[in-house]
Amino acid sequence: MKNNYSIFSLIKNAFSYHENWQRAWKDPTPKKEYDAVIVGGGGHGLATAYYLAKKHNMINIAVVEKGWIGGGNTGRNTTIIRSNYLWDASAGLYDHALKIWEGLSQELNYNVMFSQRGVMNLAHNLQDVRDLKRRTHANRLNGIDAVYLSTEEVKKFCPIINTSPDIRYPVLGGTLQRRAGTARHDAVAWGYARGADEMGVDIIQNCEVKGIKRNGDTIEGLETTKGFIKTKKVGVVAAGHSSVIANMAGLRLPLESKPLQALVSEPVKPIIDTVVMSNAVHAYVSQSDKGELVIGAGTDDYVSYTQKGSHQIVEGTLNAILELYPIFSRMRMLRQWGGIVDICPDASPILSKTSIKGLYFNCGWGTGGFKATPGSGDLFAHTIANDEPHKLNAAFNLNRFVSGDLVDEHGAAAVAH
Amino acid sequence: MFVINCPYCGERDQQEFKAGGEAHIERPKQPTELSDDEWAEYLFMRKNIKGVQFERWNHAHGCRKWFNMVRDTSNDEIKLIYKMGERPPSE
Repeated sequence: MKNNYSIFSLIKNAFSYHENWQRAWKDPTPKKEYDAVIVGGGGHGLATAYYLAKKHNMINIAVVEKGWIGGGNTGRNTTIIRSNYLWDASAGLYDHALKIWEGLSQELNYNVMFSQRGVMNLAHNLQDVRDLKRRTHANRLNGIDAVYLSTEEVKKFCPIINTSPDIRYPVLGGTLQRRAGTARHDAVAWGYARGADEMGVDIIQNCEVKGIKRNGDTIEGLETTKGFIKTKKVGVVAAGHSSVIANMAGLRLPLESKPLQALVSEPVKPIIDTVVMSNAVHAYVSQSDKGELVIGAGTDDYVSYTQKGSHQIVEGTLNAILELYPIFSRMRMLRQWGGIVDICPDASPILSKTSIKGLYFNCGWGTGGFKATPGSGDLFAHTIANDEPHKLNAAFNLNRFVSGDLVDEHGAAAVAH
Repeated sequence: MFVINCPYCGERDQQEFKAGGEAHIERPKQPTELSDDEWAEYLFMRKNIKGVQFERWNHAHGCRKWFNMVRDTSNDEIKLIYKMGERPPSE
């Protein structure tokens, strides 16, 4: 039984110089056989394991991770959480996640630092204005809080934005979702890992999957760098490397993996207390609790697994940022990095069974997976445990690329992909 | 970011080019005969290889011509560039 984190445990451990904290999760060697194995120890994979154990009573399960948990896209995103998607299916999926976020710290007894500071999306041209107004209405019909703001209201909500009409990207208006915000990305992975570990899930790090053993159309197990693991159910949550795993099983997925970049500045005093996204120009800004500006850029257009992108992408984003926020003109950037995002043709995720019995894929989150972490884990766990999708992820099946029933969020998701 | 040797213009910066995705995907000869599965395979399914992959590129801010490239996606190293219509090298 794990000790609860509280103000009292903090005081108690202060007296022993914080040297006696309990391990948050074990470091087990893999067993010979599990009821299910999750491939990928990011936020989504760990959340899947957590809900499999918690809601579906599957505790003889493991998460295998080729590096360390939360070291992939979970630790590389800009931590934005929102649910203001256009289509009903997407709204249902992302708002399900947002509702879990609202109680997540309490549920996990782990502070994920979820901060509902609001997310504002700016409109820079007439088409943006029409699209954002349409999306605001669609959101409200789906019970998602959304308001449309005029240029003056944008300025009032975030005074450092340059709303002068003669700049290159004039601000013609914007939308605001007040329940949206940010969270601490590492904490989400660590909180789910700690919770899953406590229920008996084995979290096996530095364990890379090298092959999938199948007997006809059923799964027999996984070849890993730590030996063969027998299992009948495999849930793949490998983000940018989903196609690599799929190829091992002889499957092809409708994905392309591309570098997406982000960067942070030197820390400064609080200057922006919300999240501002500029869809048309690929510039997303918020400020971390340490004071760094967290800036999201766009993807490169070619397939790459290198976790670095092109300089002109960052340059384009910073050009737009400086135009919109002249106050940042002398800020220095501290770090820049890339993550490999798996993008679907319709820019919506896949949470689905496959043609192979016992093989499930949770992928295609593209540029916006972090926000969905709790919902994705919950619904994917349901899909694996019942061998049937939940009604909220039924639309996000692999077969939609055959039937043509796409969830086309490409131009509608409030971000350009 | 890398330098690409356009077969028509010579070495240019990558930002002059546009990536056109996987190469040698042939348009179905009899589209009316195709099943939904075959259409999905042609339209959406991609190899998305980590390693050596065949791609199409376009010199969008140059001669605007298309060409093929063999590139290692795990380190962005360009192995070979050849013109449209030429057969892909066998490894």
